[in-house]
Amino acid sequence: MTERAGLGIQPFEVIVQRHGPTVLRVCRAIVGVDDADDAWSETFLAALRGYPELDRDANVEAWLVTIAHRRCVDLIRARVRRAVPMDEIADRPAPLQNGPLGDLDLLRAVAGLPERQRQAVAYHHLVGLPHDEVARVIGGTSAAARKAASDGVRALRARLGATGTSRGETR
Amino acid sequence: MNDALDDDLMDALRIPSADAEADAASAARLAALHTRLERAAAAEGLDEVAYREIDSPYGSLLLAATPAGLVRVAFAREDHDRVLASLAEKLSPRILRSPARTDGAAHQLDEYFAGRRRSFELPLDLRLTAGFRRAVVEHLPRIPFGSTESYAEVALATGSPKAVRAVGTACATNPLPIVVPCHRVVRADGTIGQYLGGTEAKTALLAFEGARPRD
Repeated sequence: MTERAGLGIQPFEVIVQRHGPTVLRVCRAIVGVDDADDAWSETFLAALRGYPELDRDANVEAWLVTIAHRRCVDLIRARVRRAVPMDEIADRPAPLQNGPLGDLDLLRAVAGLPERQRQAVAYHHLVGLPHDEVARVIGGTSAAARKAASDGVRALRARLGATGTSRGETR
Repeated sequence: MNDALDDDLMDALRIPSADAEADAASAARLAALHTRLERAAAAEGLDEVAYREIDSPYGSLLLAATPAGLVRVAFAREDHDRVLASLAEKLSPRILRSPARTDGAAHQLDEYFAGRRRSFELPLDLRLTAGFRRAVVEHLPRIPFGSTESYAEVALATGSPKAVRAVGTACATNPLPIVVPCHRVVRADGTIGQYLGGTEAKTALLAFEGARPRD
């Protein structure tokens, strides 16, 4: 996962092109589709600020996830202050629809999980960070991160299975 | 609940939907987010190098600028990705594709290629060149459109008549080709001499400017 270590620091634009889509999926999964644009923008602006100081051997993806995680936590806190319940955001605008599993439907379903499951599923399954890296981002042990990810997937499976929307069943 | 469903779920989490419509929507969203990032970075002065690529009769050109001015023009054969990687090392890794800052350069180059402009009036950032090479680069814009000078003449004009070979090196490492017209420097024997953009581009530029061959 290390970013071409030893070849010197990449232009920041390369980082945006390479990781922009994944960070957007993570933001959609963590704060929901509506607030994801703000989370993405704040993540990359903060990353641009800190980029010259980044260790050249650092795992850029894990670094971006850490920044996105903090931005998302801030956004969720701000939303709580505005007194909009998380459940309401996550369920908006529509429940899962019939037919092939849409990417946004799936991300909405992830956004509907409890906080730690949502983070563990997003960082481990969407980004592909190992459980110990996930634990470093969200706190707690690697085993706890693994459990949160597997509980989250079980909950997703129950939810998606229950609504009859899965690629498996439409084949 | 079965394994197939589980595998599908894993795939769906890891890999964005292959749906073309969803892809196009995501690409459009990311493009809009990029524009927003360009503006926010500019507002905070974080876009230390802003660049774009333009089409030209000599292939795609990279235009890169710092807040001080145009800092690098590069031909496609120099490999734009390599040039940007080198700018990240030499200037700053805070490099963004952000066309706004090079609007003026792009516009004047378009006019030049269309035959409506003979010299450039642009803020230039010459920090990629220094010492004698910089003296040469500063002299070059004084060679008028349609004229040429020999390497020896440029050496004389910069006060180092014996530095003919060094003039060649200065031209070969000119960070701002076309805008700083190193293509107007040719060999005393009338042969064309090396060029960053290739000798074909140099010949074509001189022909386009109507420079008379030396003999």
